[in-house]
Amino acid sequence: MSKFTFKLPDIGEGITEAEIATWRVAVGDTVKEDQPLVDVLTEKAAVEIPSPFAGKVLELKGSPGDFVPVGSVMVVLEVAGEGAVEEPAAAAPAAPVQPAAVAKEKPAKPVATPAPTAAAVVQPAPSAPVPLVPRSEGEKPLATPAVRQRARDLGIQLSYVPGSGPAGHITHADLDAFIARKPVSGAAVSNARQKREGVEQFKVIGLRRKIAEAMQRSKQRIPHFAYVEEVDVTELEALRTHLNNNRKPDQTKLTLLPFLVLALVRAVPDHPEVNGTFDDEAGIVHHPSALHIGIAAQTPNGLVVPVIRHAETLDLWQAAAEIKRLAEAARSGKASREELSGSSITISSLGPMGGIVSTPVINAPEVAIVGVNKMVERPMVRNGQIVTRMMMNLSSSFDHRIVDGWNAAEFIQHIKRLFENPATLFID
Amino acid sequence: MAKTITTKVLVVGGGPGGYVAAIRAGQLGLDTTLVEEDRLGGTCLLRGCIPSKALIHAASKFHELGHAGNIGITLPQAASFDMAKAVSWKDGITGKLNSGVAGLLAKAKVRTVSGRAVFSDAKTCTVQTAEGPQTITAEHVILATGSVPVELKILPFGGDILSSTEALSLAEVPKRLAVVGAGYIGLELGIAFAKLGSQVTVVEAQERILPLYDAELTRPVERWLKKNGVTVHLKSMTTGFAGKGKSLKLQYQSADGASQDIPCDKILVTVGRRPNTQGWGLENMAVDLAGPFVKIDEQCRTSMRNVWAIGDLVGEPMLAHKASKQGEMVAEIIAGRKRSFDHVCIPAVCFTEPEIVSAGLSPEQAKAAAHQVKVGIFPFAASGRAMSMEAGTDGGFVRVVARADNHLVLGIQAVGAHVSELSGEFAHALEMGSRLEDIAGTIHAHPTLSEALPEATLAALGHALHI
Repeated sequence: MSKFTFKLPDIGEGITEAEIATWRVAVGDTVKEDQPLVDVLTEKAAVEIPSPFAGKVLELKGSPGDFVPVGSVMVVLEVAGEGAVEEPAAAAPAAPVQPAAVAKEKPAKPVATPAPTAAAVVQPAPSAPVPLVPRSEGEKPLATPAVRQRARDLGIQLSYVPGSGPAGHITHADLDAFIARKPVSGAAVSNARQKREGVEQFKVIGLRRKIAEAMQRSKQRIPHFAYVEEVDVTELEALRTHLNNNRKPDQTKLTLLPFLVLALVRAVPDHPEVNGTFDDEAGIVHHPSALHIGIAAQTPNGLVVPVIRHAETLDLWQAAAEIKRLAEAARSGKASREELSGSSITISSLGPMGGIVSTPVINAPEVAIVGVNKMVERPMVRNGQIVTRMMMNLSSSFDHRIVDGWNAAEFIQHIKRLFENPATLFID
Repeated sequence: MAKTITTKVLVVGGGPGGYVAAIRAGQLGLDTTLVEEDRLGGTCLLRGCIPSKALIHAASKFHELGHAGNIGITLPQAASFDMAKAVSWKDGITGKLNSGVAGLLAKAKVRTVSGRAVFSDAKTCTVQTAEGPQTITAEHVILATGSVPVELKILPFGGDILSSTEALSLAEVPKRLAVVGAGYIGLELGIAFAKLGSQVTVVEAQERILPLYDAELTRPVERWLKKNGVTVHLKSMTTGFAGKGKSLKLQYQSADGASQDIPCDKILVTVGRRPNTQGWGLENMAVDLAGPFVKIDEQCRTSMRNVWAIGDLVGEPMLAHKASKQGEMVAEIIAGRKRSFDHVCIPAVCFTEPEIVSAGLSPEQAKAAAHQVKVGIFPFAASGRAMSMEAGTDGGFVRVVARADNHLVLGIQAVGAHVSELSGEFAHALEMGSRLEDIAGTIHAHPTLSEALPEATLAALGHALHI
């Protein structure tokens, strides 16, 4: 038996540090080879780091929210075999569990294949839940006077608390577990109008911290100029419906977004100032000739922005497929760093929740974001007649340092013309 | 007339329930007033537990002197007993305890008023003090008026017909003592007088002595009574008395229906105690009763808001330690703490010869509660310590009752010399939710009587070491 120090490996993509998101093990746990040890967050992705060996966790370095440089020690494991160790000399005399002779008999093995140890496998995981002894109907809960008093002070009826001790004895720890599971006041009565007390605190870490930083940077540094225009999408919707009704089985169902991608591809060459990034410290604006469109996507953890690279190379169906693929990758946390960075303009849509108007926040250091609001049938005047038209607003924000109001308006008006005459989306 | 006292907490009765409630209320910073018509201390300190134990101790010591030949002690002449001196020694103890209670109350800043409180409504009473009537109004009232000996119409107290109170203050040991009732008070005192040389005869209506304890536990006491010439007439109804002085006779109808009489010098009537609910205005307080007792819930609340009742007044068991615990609890509830009377057991001790202790359920009670039980018994005859203090031959033992499925201890009882001092461990084991293994796994000092308890648990587990 000896110690193995597990260091944060190079997880590629030029990443030099990662943020600890969640420990998946605790000190004292027995881990199997390839069992996840920790989730870390790099700039764009969450990565699960598995254990290279079976062993027992002796030490965890750092807590969730800490940034860890690549190559620094994260976990100290007690493992079998000498070959798998980095500090065999220091560890050998301290190893209390197995006779030293047993460990020595094991052949020295290369790092990748540690000798399996019976102790490591057989040892029950301490975190396994203790089987609870059920109390029969009407049986008095079994607890010491101190536990009973504490329960009373907390307003908890012990008959609801499972006991983990012998004969179903309710321990202080059982009471703690019950409290952790349930808000204290809730145990006594099911009164919906009961006063609620207390504040839950969460450390802003991981993706949420990234979002917070990005939004703060954007709103602090960029003078946003918002522009809203309404668009008659009746024709566009007719086309979209027609295409969806006649699509081939391998074609992705169309939403509005691939049409917007196409519209950007058409409009941006005429308004190059909206596509790019502004390095405001260096005072340099980059206008790429390629069009990399960021798509703001909601995931269970928060907002991420996967990127359609070289949107100018995609047709409508390809754009639809790419949007779908990226959205799924983002939602499942599987999007790569490449897929989550490098956009030069961003589009944002809340779909049916789009509202009438929004003020999208620019995905810094970009200079423009185009937001799509809700589509709705409205009575409109056309040729002196009130007619029903499918209407939708585009709410956009621009970095006013780089994009003038006039240019922004021209850009949005261009998109409006493309949407209202959908055939022009497809004509070079 | 003195001006009205307005107090947060009014405690009525200075016994072990009332004075403890008052001390705790005072400790918790509540403005507290205690009213007691007699001296502080209640039945327990003045007329019950403590004085009776003093008398029992004196009697036992005297009795031992005459029975110590086998351990090498003989007296040049028979020992003599001066009852008056013993009583004054006993009175010294009660006096000390009485002033001790007064000191504790003063330390807790409790106002004490001497006199009988008579209630006009639930929160107002008037006390006839030596200085005149004193009215007290309170936010909370704790009733702790205790209990009084039951008097039989056919045997009215007075003269040679004694309650336990008078029996503890006799000028001399009666030559012949007839005891009505073989409950624990009758037997404790009957045995004490037997040890002091009285010819004691006990008449009991039921078919055995100490009907509250099971037959296995009372058998060693029966043995002692028989061996020491105390006659017990069971299933016998007392019908009255005749004569007085030298010709006094207790009359009873024996089990076969025949009328009998017992010539005696004194008749001690110990047929139970009744709650003290009369003569102090309880009827004006709109408090519900449950049978003869004041009705309470598990927090000792009566049916009247902010009127609480504790101790003998609220029901069986009429034991000082129950009253004290209830008093402590009520004071804390009034102070805003969350408390409830949810103890696993209230241990009971009987200072007969030998002594009896019971905590929790007997085997029969456990079975009646639908438990599958394991019972383990360890006799003191197998205890070295018991033998070394002449306590190994009285038939005593420790008995443990546990659930068969999970070995949770449901009850612990013992009978034997000095076993009263084991009661604390018995109650503690039950209150802590001990299993047989917990007690068996606790090292008990050798040589002590306490070793009998782990041995009994081992017996229940099937592997006793010393039997």
